[in-house]
Amino acid sequence: MAFEGLADRLQSTIQKIKGKGKVSEQDVKEMTREVRLALLEADVNFKVVKDFVKRVKERSIGQEVMESLTPGQQVIKVVKEELTSLMGGEQSKIAVADRPPTVIMMVGLQGAGKTTTTGKLANLLRKKFNRNPLLVAADVYRPAAINQLQTLGKQLDMPVFSLGTEVSPVEIANKAIEQAKENHNDYVIIDTAGRLHVDTDLMDELQQIKSDVKPNEIFLVVDAMTGQDAVNVAESFNEQLDISGVVLTKLDGDTRGGAALSIKAVTDKPIKFAGMGEKLDEFEPFHPERMASRILGMGDVLSLIEKAQDNVDEKKAKELEEKMRSASFTFDDFLDQMAQVKSMGPMEDLIGMLPGANKMKGLKNVQFDEKQITHVEAIIQSMTKKERQDPGLMNASRKKRIAKGSGRSVSEVNRLLKQFDEMKKMMKQMTNQQKGKKGKKGKGMNFPFM
Amino acid sequence: MSFLKKLKEKFKSEESEQVSDKYKDGLSKTRNSFSGKINDLVARYRKVDEDFFEDLEEILISADVGVSTVMDLIDELKMEVKRQNIKDTAQVKEVISEKLVEIYQGEDDDVVEGLNIQENQLSVILFVGVNGVGKTTTIGKMANKLKEEGKSVVLAAGDTFRAGAIEQLEVWGQRADVEVIKHSEGSDPAAVIYDGIQAAKSRKADVLLCDTAGRLQNKVNLMNELTKVKRTIEKEIPGAPHEVLLVLDATTGQNAMSQAKTFSQATDVSGIVLTKLDGTAKGGIVLAIRNELQIPVKFVGLGEKITDLQPFDANAFVYGLFADMLEDDVQ
Repeated sequence: MAFEGLADRLQSTIQKIKGKGKVSEQDVKEMTREVRLALLEADVNFKVVKDFVKRVKERSIGQEVMESLTPGQQVIKVVKEELTSLMGGEQSKIAVADRPPTVIMMVGLQGAGKTTTTGKLANLLRKKFNRNPLLVAADVYRPAAINQLQTLGKQLDMPVFSLGTEVSPVEIANKAIEQAKENHNDYVIIDTAGRLHVDTDLMDELQQIKSDVKPNEIFLVVDAMTGQDAVNVAESFNEQLDISGVVLTKLDGDTRGGAALSIKAVTDKPIKFAGMGEKLDEFEPFHPERMASRILGMGDVLSLIEKAQDNVDEKKAKELEEKMRSASFTFDDFLDQMAQVKSMGPMEDLIGMLPGANKMKGLKNVQFDEKQITHVEAIIQSMTKKERQDPGLMNASRKKRIAKGSGRSVSEVNRLLKQFDEMKKMMKQMTNQQKGKKGKKGKGMNFPFM
Repeated sequence: MSFLKKLKEKFKSEESEQVSDKYKDGLSKTRNSFSGKINDLVARYRKVDEDFFEDLEEILISADVGVSTVMDLIDELKMEVKRQNIKDTAQVKEVISEKLVEIYQGEDDDVVEGLNIQENQLSVILFVGVNGVGKTTTIGKMANKLKEEGKSVVLAAGDTFRAGAIEQLEVWGQRADVEVIKHSEGSDPAAVIYDGIQAAKSRKADVLLCDTAGRLQNKVNLMNELTKVKRTIEKEIPGAPHEVLLVLDATTGQNAMSQAKTFSQATDVSGIVLTKLDGTAKGGIVLAIRNELQIPVKFVGLGEKITDLQPFDANAFVYGLFADMLEDDVQ
């Protein structure tokens, strides 16, 4: 059905390519088509998708993917990198006014979740930053909207400013600021009525409020389930109000949330927070990296597995498996593996994501120092071919020579030899484990470098 | 006679100008952007080739029609173009709208779009949907509509969760001048609905409209709660609820399909109310839902006024989308 992730989507294309020695441009075209579909299914706007796919294609047709032995995974990697960089870094900061109160305006379409978000934001401000916000009920149009905010205020034990439904929202906002100053509220959050971005009168009203109260932040609240129209909404609100950030709501649903990407692409404003539930504390800083995974339809762990897979080349991994089984694993293989693993990124992250890695003996207290790896490489490279094939040859004079050649101490050489030995034992454990859990995702997940 | 002429004439003969005017107003932005694009497309391309279809695909996708539906449609179009040996893009325009209507209506032309309201007996309508789609507002509008049709209506404030939801329904109750049965916030929704049924029975009301709290379809507990509410209604009145209406926000993208599926599993949805169609959202997901789940759209929300709820009419809807094209063609 329509909701499979990119990884699944690419499977069949990958199968086709697998047997080929070289990836053709046509293959890349097919793969990027799958990328396009996955993004469209995730509700990313088609124009945004178009630009995006173009960039991915350029990178993919370049050496990066064509020369990789696992082009499918390579494409996913490229896509995710591009996606994450497009989403920007984490930005959950809230502006602070030079002279309090700091004024925040909440705007958006009907039903996006402005009032609930107002409550959640106020809760966050008090809990995390020890602030004392005043909530302002400026939605005079929707029946009982004021009532809703008042109820939230009661739940939070926070003041709610309201002048009923007969006063204009502009006046309400102005009077609220006055009251905040009198009562020493350091934040004012104005909950405005939901409105269509094409409703000129109501958009004018927001502009009026903006020019009167000069807010420090204008948050556009957007439903994460929004479809292709997200670009129109975000673009229009941004053009008319120059919003300062976005809050994505209802992210606890099962939507892919491609709207996030569309909004970011058309407004270039940061998505600051995400609503993750109906309770007032279910409100989090927005994580661009997680969102990228979500849009592509893969979890954090899954993406890491893929990260491992695209760097550990399959043929070599198979040979390795053979070697591990027959216990003929050598220092040369070790070197090879290390080079592959190094290209995957920070070691600690990788190990941390491995299911069960923490429980594994020998892995528990190992500190991963990238420098150390270079040292290990140097030590191995100082060994003779014979020594690399057969560590049993080692004696004191050989060790001394190796230490000299690599610029490390003999004790370090000893430590490596011991670790290598332990690692071989562990590999046996791992292969046994794999045999036990046939067909699990552990395939190709060999970490013999430890 | 060409298909487009037939459609046009159908409108004339049905004297449904008023209805279609409303659609045209509400959908004017939709129509301009959607069929405007198809016209652009037709003007841009001389030949019906791969590029043409790719652009067409984009237009449909931008209307939230849904990727798989679009793919199917494009495949069918390609076949049709081949079969009829169409080379000119002007000709293909007609085939496009023909196919779209086909998807709307399916094989079955007689799908009942109206509400299943019983004679001389209480009819119960249950409203379900995710948060913020406009359930309570829709109930307010529908109460008014039914009342104008001479029915006596009772509302049950089954959203006991969201702050201010009960008060919101009460305001709509006052506007439509109908009674609202309520408990306090946080009470059991099934109990409220039960009381609603008893009250509606004793007042010999014609229709009971039941509000429920918005819930995301992946919250299993909340979906179970909804199933329980429905069971309560079934127990009290055999054959009820007579309608379970899923309220969908037209701005929603592909997730609407997931909503339709999961809510159907929990409550056996009988129809859809598509709200907020007066914005720039295209509401194309209706095509996909109709096509894949055979759930008909029964009403559309075209504005914020109490009278802005219109019965869904597939022909009028398509007419609204393609009005420019149709008029060009017939003249």
